[in-house]
Amino acid sequence: MAESTSTHKKSAGYKIRVEPRLDVPPAWYPLLVSLGALVFALFLGGILISFAGGDPIRSYQHIARASFGDIGVLSDTIVKATPILLVALACSVAFRMKLWNIGAEGQFIMGAFGASAIVLAPVLSAETPRWLMLLVMALAGMAMGAIWGFIPGYLKAKLNVNEIISSLMLNYIAVAWVNFWIFGVWSEGGFQMSPKFPNSAWLPRLSEYAKEYPVFRGLTTHAGLLIGIVAAVILWLIVYRSRWGYEIRLIGDNAQAAKYAGINITSNIIYVMMLSGALAGLGGMSEVSGVVHRLQTAPIAAGYGFTGIIVAWLAKLNPLVIIVVSVLFGALILAGREIQPSGIPKMIQGIILVSLIASDFLLRYRVRIVRADAEE
Amino acid sequence: MDPIIILQAGVATGTVLLFATIGEIFAERSGVMNLGVEGMMLMGAMTAFSTTIATGNPWLGVLAAMLAAGLISQVHAFITITLQADQVVSGLALTFLGTGISLVLGEGLSKAGTVSLLPNFSIPLLSQIPFLGPILFTKQSVMVYIGYLFTPLTWYFINHTRPGLNLRSVGEYPSAVDSLGISVFRLRYFYVFIGGMLAGLAGATISLAVSPGWFSELTTAGQGWIAVGLVIFAQWDPVRAMFGSYAFGALRRLILDIQGPTILFGFNNPFYYNPYWGFFLQMLPYAFTVIVLVIGSREAMRKRLGAPAALGNPYIRGERGK
Repeated sequence: MAESTSTHKKSAGYKIRVEPRLDVPPAWYPLLVSLGALVFALFLGGILISFAGGDPIRSYQHIARASFGDIGVLSDTIVKATPILLVALACSVAFRMKLWNIGAEGQFIMGAFGASAIVLAPVLSAETPRWLMLLVMALAGMAMGAIWGFIPGYLKAKLNVNEIISSLMLNYIAVAWVNFWIFGVWSEGGFQMSPKFPNSAWLPRLSEYAKEYPVFRGLTTHAGLLIGIVAAVILWLIVYRSRWGYEIRLIGDNAQAAKYAGINITSNIIYVMMLSGALAGLGGMSEVSGVVHRLQTAPIAAGYGFTGIIVAWLAKLNPLVIIVVSVLFGALILAGREIQPSGIPKMIQGIILVSLIASDFLLRYRVRIVRADAEE
Repeated sequence: MDPIIILQAGVATGTVLLFATIGEIFAERSGVMNLGVEGMMLMGAMTAFSTTIATGNPWLGVLAAMLAAGLISQVHAFITITLQADQVVSGLALTFLGTGISLVLGEGLSKAGTVSLLPNFSIPLLSQIPFLGPILFTKQSVMVYIGYLFTPLTWYFINHTRPGLNLRSVGEYPSAVDSLGISVFRLRYFYVFIGGMLAGLAGATISLAVSPGWFSELTTAGQGWIAVGLVIFAQWDPVRAMFGSYAFGALRRLILDIQGPTILFGFNNPFYYNPYWGFFLQMLPYAFTVIVLVIGSREAMRKRLGAPAALGNPYIRGERGK
């Protein structure tokens, strides 16, 4: 980058100078900038809430109390964080390759469908041992998610079709597909939901162990959290410690260089989209099997796919950081359900993403205040 | 299932896509991809509807919608042009932001009752033309007629005027424009603003003319994304955008109408007797968008045409090779 300095504002003998950052900032600096962006976003969100006639301080207090106030709500927060975690992992691996999979929502829904089909078709009877049932459901969910990721991946790799729009369009198709099944074939007594799954298809919950450990009484946290954490660790190993992960990162940083290095970009696009879809699909399985216990559109098509994008970005695409950030967003969504007006959580998520992207500027440029008469 | 009615409604609903698509063509021709169309349209639809409730004048609603969406588009402009951030992520963020703000400010609007809408009228003489008259010039919204005039004007502007030449150049080769003493940054800000205003106009066309009212996110139901897809199909050309938009509009109406009759082409209508089969019809506009993208991409590869060369790249003064 050539020397380019520009002057933005002049005030009382001093001016703000923006210059490209030539050194690598210390490791804590990006974290500090992201945190700063988060605080700024919450502040801005507060202003907008008061514009809309709400009380920002009480809204935020409410969010904190209703999501971390006691062990019961903390458990609910983790339940909300689980699908976000898996979807954010899905987004992170695709984004790492600069592959804009914004169809994680659809892949999540198809994963929920695939897992439910095992119970509802039924592929396995209700008397199947629980471990086998859950294993097959997880595999089916991942397979359906992977298929839903394969379509935009293949179109991108072979026909150069913009994956942003194709993957997004598949979201709407996935919702209609699930609606077809729950309104028609699997409808329970004309309601827009499938019958409840047998117990063998439920992911274990903490409350099941309340006899041995009384602390767990009434806690809804389910094994999906473990699945998510294991997935995060495996994904971290893939991205940072494996040859494939090296290829993914190289393509993301410099596709041209990757090509000259002999890396097959076409097949990597397809594989990464399938991996991404499988992770989102696993999230869908965890949600139907751990929380909803039936196939129903409203609770599974709740916008986790989009929250996942923001979480992945806030965590700088690092799978381990995603675990922590998911919990924060789980809190926002859990507490947001009761806040009026109901669009506030979505708006705050939007503001957070906007200020995050804007704050990246501070990683690439140095903003300095210098005396106006200083030599350029 | 009257083809005239389907085409007539197709032109009306297609006008929404037309404004949004042409707006995105302006932004992308200047080198800035704005994926926030959906969010800007929602801002427009919400602002138009609430302003009309407050003032009783739908034209003030249209104006406010264009200003609100234009204003929020400048967030994207600032982030991508001045701060040089990734246009894809910023566009996504704009969609979230616009959707969120619209939901918050639009709270309660869905129960607002009836408002005065933009007028519908027929054009004398032109409406007498056989076949085309009833489709294009009979009892259409004033927005539809504006769309007819608007498309050829934008085509002429982009391809045959001096400012249009600057617009195309800034998207193809910004440093050449810069060397002529024209500000790349100012031009891009301006066309992102125009794109935002047109997305706002599209939103106002929904809430004040085509399907009046405020239905939160379902007001647009993904039409902003379809518009982004249509830009690729249209090869950044307003005239092709017009045909694409009207085709999509007609498809939406066809889907509604096909579920009505008991007999379809001499058979019992499966969509009437099993209403849940209708979900497959609901998939069609989205599946069709993917197909249209495939067609557009293949054609672009064959003709070696395609996106403006600088699309997606921030312009950094003094940097080589941009």
